[in-house]
Amino acid sequence: MPRKRRPKLAVWKFASCDGCQLSLLDCEDELLRLAGHVEIAYFPEASRAIVRGPYDLSLVEGSITTPHDAERIHQVRRASRFLVTIGACATAGGIQALRNFKDVREFISIVYATPVYIETLSKSTPIAEHVFVDFELRGCPINKYQLLDVISAFLHGRKPNTPPHSVCMECKRRGVVCVMVAHGTPCLGPVTHAGCGAICPTYHRGCYGCFGPKETPNTNSLSAWWSHLGVKEQDLVRAFRGFNAYAEPFRKESEAHE
Amino acid sequence: MTQAQTFERFIFDRQYFLSLFEALTRRGYCVVGPTVCDGAIVYQELTSPDDLPIGWTDQQDGGTYRLKRRNDQALFGYVVGPHSWKKFLFPPRIRLFRARRTERGFNIVLNDVASPPAPDTPYSALNDPPSGISPSIPIHPTAPKFAFIGVRSCELHAIAIQDKVFLGGAYVDPTYKVRRENAFIVAVNCGQAGGTCFCASMNTGPKATVGFDLALTEILEPARHYFVVEVGTDRGAAVLQDIPHRPAHIEEVQLAEEIVARTARQMGRQLDTTDIKELLYRNYEHPRWDQVAARCLTCANCTMVCPTCFCSTVEDVTDLTGEHAERWRTWDSCFTMDFSYIHGGSVRASAKARYRQWMTHKLATWIDQFGTSGCVGCGRCITWCPVAIDITEEVRAIRASEPNHKEKTDGNT
Repeated sequence: MPRKRRPKLAVWKFASCDGCQLSLLDCEDELLRLAGHVEIAYFPEASRAIVRGPYDLSLVEGSITTPHDAERIHQVRRASRFLVTIGACATAGGIQALRNFKDVREFISIVYATPVYIETLSKSTPIAEHVFVDFELRGCPINKYQLLDVISAFLHGRKPNTPPHSVCMECKRRGVVCVMVAHGTPCLGPVTHAGCGAICPTYHRGCYGCFGPKETPNTNSLSAWWSHLGVKEQDLVRAFRGFNAYAEPFRKESEAHE
Repeated sequence: MTQAQTFERFIFDRQYFLSLFEALTRRGYCVVGPTVCDGAIVYQELTSPDDLPIGWTDQQDGGTYRLKRRNDQALFGYVVGPHSWKKFLFPPRIRLFRARRTERGFNIVLNDVASPPAPDTPYSALNDPPSGISPSIPIHPTAPKFAFIGVRSCELHAIAIQDKVFLGGAYVDPTYKVRRENAFIVAVNCGQAGGTCFCASMNTGPKATVGFDLALTEILEPARHYFVVEVGTDRGAAVLQDIPHRPAHIEEVQLAEEIVARTARQMGRQLDTTDIKELLYRNYEHPRWDQVAARCLTCANCTMVCPTCFCSTVEDVTDLTGEHAERWRTWDSCFTMDFSYIHGGSVRASAKARYRQWMTHKLATWIDQFGTSGCVGCGRCITWCPVAIDITEEVRAIRASEPNHKEKTDGNT
């Protein structure tokens, strides 16, 4: 079908490691095809050529950690028809949300030679706490095939295929032997959102919860079983304080064991 | 699969197990069976009897599975593992069709059985699942002819149940049909029961009685290691002709029967099925559902490992051009929210509703729907539940709470 013009794509960065933006560059073969179907209008990590907004689709990476960014995200929202957040920082506050459990001023005083120059917020928060988000793509980092599916779904007006069920279903469909049942290895898979393809259990490691809480996660029951497997309370706190520490079900579970 | 009317038994020695593999391979079968992988006995393609779990056994309990060494060289000295044969007959992920946009709409491009793509089809986003994860089970462009080695009695019953689901009624599943019709089944009578086994309660084992081409009983004696063979079909008889064998002596047949009888007495779990449909129907609001829901992770492991669970979902994917679309079918579960999503939300939003739906379907509504129980007593849902929820314990708790309940002594029905 002939299109009037290619939709304009923008990629924005907030507090993050850039890994999720790199997932887009990692698309390699598909990247060229993508560039044929969308106009990559704003993507400073890939190109200095900047096309003015508004944008049809904005991909937002990173969390809000500074007063400046708390303002900037509203400008991004105003310039975007659809706003999709990508990765654990943008959807849950990221690893930098560990500050949310402590006093950020103490960190600043230890880390920086001249703390007075540092202007930061007391909490690292997900984008959806600041502006309306059309779709959240989970992961630390995101899965590049899921990203392509989200873009393709956006282009063709369909629902993205990013099921919110457990990682366990990915393990079982792949035929991966359960590391918790067969090896006694603590695994966050039963409470974690699918999307990675069960990478860690495939390599005999427990799930680290990179994609954050699944739909209806029963973290309390899983913690009780981990304790039965011999995991100490302090290690339960650490397990739920990963890249998605500030996602509510994980936050509440870690606080319950402090 | 005509039934050969014979009550005869035959004997072949362990050393001729290779002949069975060769006879099947020669007939074009892809031989799949048990093998040790990542700390469990799983079902995979096998190249020789050396791939079998020789000298291994498994110890199972709720939420726990461990491989252990046996003090003999048994080939089938274990029970059942995390995989079931459904992964071959009802693949976890399969492309149903492709579609190509046309001037006025789109054309369906059938694939898989009807028109397999060339084996060297180059990679494209279209040829991979949308998640980009290659399934560990290869999706053969044409369905292979499988020979299943080591199918247990509970699993034969599970296959018979899935036959009703996929082949019975007006709408036959073509993916299942071609795989099922081509499958050659070598059953094995269980020489021991596992910690979560309860086939004796469900009348589904431990002896293979129907649905096999050949059925074996493994016998290990200090000086001899051999198999007592029962022939189930004419094609089973033909395969046996390619293996050096002789008629069994009456003592050997009796020994095989004793082994199975002993297994029946070893069941790790029991489930009293008396009046079970009515029991569950009159206890929809039992407080036990809340208790089990507090433990249930709604992770769907029980449904994934269940050899009779048959639910699937479809995903429609498009490529960036919008010129191509595909429909993929994947295993789904009544434990996901999407499974019962209709306009306005999920019908079974609570863990309680989802667990109750699963267990009541398995043990009660299945009977109304298909004429049999949906449970074969294999125990997988108990072993592979990450938090050890036990279907037999749940039934027992509900039954015990009824006012006129009498404790059954043997537990078997």
